[in-house]
Amino acid sequence: MLSHFRPAIVLFILFTLVTGLAYPLAITGIGEKLFPHQANGSLIEKDGKVIGSGLIGQTFTSDRYFHGRPSATVDVDPNDSSKTVPAPYNAANSGGSNLGPTSKSLIDRVQADTDKLKAENPNVAVPVDLVTTSASGLDPDISIAAALFQLPRVAKARGLSTDTLNQLIAAHIKPRWLGIIGEPVVNVLKLNLALDALAATSTKPPAQSAG
Amino acid sequence: MTTNGWIQILVYFGVLTLLTRPLGGFIYRVLEGKPTIISRVLGPIERGFYKLAGVKPQAEQHWTTYTMAMLIFNLVCFVSLYALQLAQKHLPLNPQGMDNLTPDLAFNTAISFITNTNWQSYGGESTMSYLTQMLGLTVHNFVSAATGIALAMALVRGFARRSGKTLGNFWVDLTRTTLYILLPLSIVVAIFLIWQGMPQNLHAYTDVTTLEGAKQSIAQGPVASQVAIKMLGTNGGGFFNANAAHPFENPNAISDFLQIILIFLTPAALTNVFGRMVKSELQGWAIYSAMAVIFLAGVTTLYWAESQGNPAFPAMGIDQTASALQPGGNMEGKEARFGIARSALFATITTDASCGAVNGMHDSFTPLGGMVPLINIQLGEVIFGGVGSGLYGMLLYAIIAVFIAGLMVGRTPEYVGKKIEAREVKMTMLAILCLPASILGFTALAAVLPAGLAGLNNQGPHGFSEILYAFTSATGNNGSAFAGLTANTPFYNLLLAAAMMIGRFAFIVPMMAVAGSLVAKKYTHPSAGTFPTDGGLFISLLVGVLLIVGGLTFFPALALGPIVEHLSMLAGTTY
Repeated sequence: MLSHFRPAIVLFILFTLVTGLAYPLAITGIGEKLFPHQANGSLIEKDGKVIGSGLIGQTFTSDRYFHGRPSATVDVDPNDSSKTVPAPYNAANSGGSNLGPTSKSLIDRVQADTDKLKAENPNVAVPVDLVTTSASGLDPDISIAAALFQLPRVAKARGLSTDTLNQLIAAHIKPRWLGIIGEPVVNVLKLNLALDALAATSTKPPAQSAG
Repeated sequence: MTTNGWIQILVYFGVLTLLTRPLGGFIYRVLEGKPTIISRVLGPIERGFYKLAGVKPQAEQHWTTYTMAMLIFNLVCFVSLYALQLAQKHLPLNPQGMDNLTPDLAFNTAISFITNTNWQSYGGESTMSYLTQMLGLTVHNFVSAATGIALAMALVRGFARRSGKTLGNFWVDLTRTTLYILLPLSIVVAIFLIWQGMPQNLHAYTDVTTLEGAKQSIAQGPVASQVAIKMLGTNGGGFFNANAAHPFENPNAISDFLQIILIFLTPAALTNVFGRMVKSELQGWAIYSAMAVIFLAGVTTLYWAESQGNPAFPAMGIDQTASALQPGGNMEGKEARFGIARSALFATITTDASCGAVNGMHDSFTPLGGMVPLINIQLGEVIFGGVGSGLYGMLLYAIIAVFIAGLMVGRTPEYVGKKIEAREVKMTMLAILCLPASILGFTALAAVLPAGLAGLNNQGPHGFSEILYAFTSATGNNGSAFAGLTANTPFYNLLLAAAMMIGRFAFIVPMMAVAGSLVAKKYTHPSAGTFPTDGGLFISLLVGVLLIVGGLTFFPALALGPIVEHLSMLAGTTY
């Protein structure tokens, strides 16, 4: 039995060097060379400053922006480190609500969010992804229906035409891979950046077609 | 359910089936010690390993020696990983200044990774330093998977060899599996995943000011290198807390498709390796077919259940109907880019296998949708299953199946030319009964103790399901969770670690005894009275045995959890 210890320890050390050190460091080097943008988190810059990652959702509350899905991420309570407080889109602590379908907290939360959304667009049923939290709490995307649902609000807040916004959303739909795999979605941050860019190019002369 | 959803599921299954035979051929050559296309490069490294370790690659081992070598290797793995987590604060590659883990959390995680469970009581980006992720978790992703494949090969040799004494050499199987199969595939996959958007760097987290002026700290790290082996080795322990739902750990549909292919890839190929070793590939395909039947039944149920959505929502004015504009269905705890079909597919596969990675939160599934992962794990994760562990588990069920067939006709059962007698059946039952004993025993305990009830995130029957899922997942060495349960407490950390050890080692030792007993037997030529084990009748019998053993054992517990919850959901009750 003792004779097994030498191969066990020596092989363990060798595997550690190969798979725990050489392998991840080599992949880091190769990633940096071939795909530096992705390897460093697909960060997006605006006016020379990093404003987020194209893959990570962020909070939007202004009427002038499209909003992402509700997020259930939390952070440590600054007053009591044994507790947590809600911190939507906390990209250093991913996670979902983990509430089951019969949970009263879930039903109450969804009801409140739905009521708010119905007030801004009473004519259309609320797309389900807009009132449910994502698994990661960092979902960068919404469904096409969720983008279209918010269109009247954004159009009003920015004084833009429905046509302009429809085109903008259409241009930002990420289709299924090969037309088959995945779901078509709209990346909220990229859509909002495009909105701002649109505003920047068309501020003067003032809104030519506000209808 | 949509046509597109079904096409996604069938495309997946088609690709998997196409890959099974070619990869099976490659793994067969590696484990039989035959030269392969990469031997020229890896051969000298392999021989160097043996030289330094004092291993004589030709020296074959008896089942007891093989098992003992495996156990001692696992002991060394455990001690080093435990120590690393208790010292990470003082070690390099810790840009976020992560503190040392508490002893009970470090114990739980060390057991979790050596048993190929990869249960996450820890929080990934909020707990582990980069050094621990690489030198600790990544290494064990490799070697615990290689251990599983080595053990499966030992059992297969028990069937395939004609009256011998030995089952191979553990050190050789371990080394060849790691160097020739897992490492080369991981390198290719990791680079591909970076291309698709997965980070791979050693920087501190990126602090940004968002478009609306809020602060956001974006966790990153050496993600791709760990995720590649996490999926390939059916490990499933996430780099991030949200696992494969995190956009960095699964950026898009392509990475999602690749990851679920990787989960089933080796387990499926091993059925073919089994066929080749017993000199009838048809025997391998019979096992493959039995697995495929239950896989397709599971994904159908889960996909249907999640497509229904939450019955309380339509009355609130919420649209849950699938259309060209939205996936619809139960989207709580799911990602928009994966929708319902991909989430259902992923959840079925990850629990059929012993992977446990998740791209959606199982805790938020509908009751019947959440019951499918539970059943999958409770069946013993033999539906393709974990790397190695799926095959050796299914072969034990095959022993029971031919035994029952033998009882019906009053003849000594045979399987691939070996007579199955009292000793094999007893040892097989011993292995299989460990699972319900641990799952049901620990669940019962936690359901009555205050420390067990303290961590619940949901009330009512769903709370019971959270406990049942935790011990099912730990015993099955799966690692997925109804993650609302606060499991990072001394009570759960220790009890779950015990369940993980029982599920792994109390299963392996009797299984190896079966292998040792089989290898000594003479080969019996099939006669007119031999029950053919490569046809439809055997496949149905095997599926039946699995469902009866699994179904009858766990039905009462499932009735208390998901089934009651389903009925109360339809009645509009909330908790």
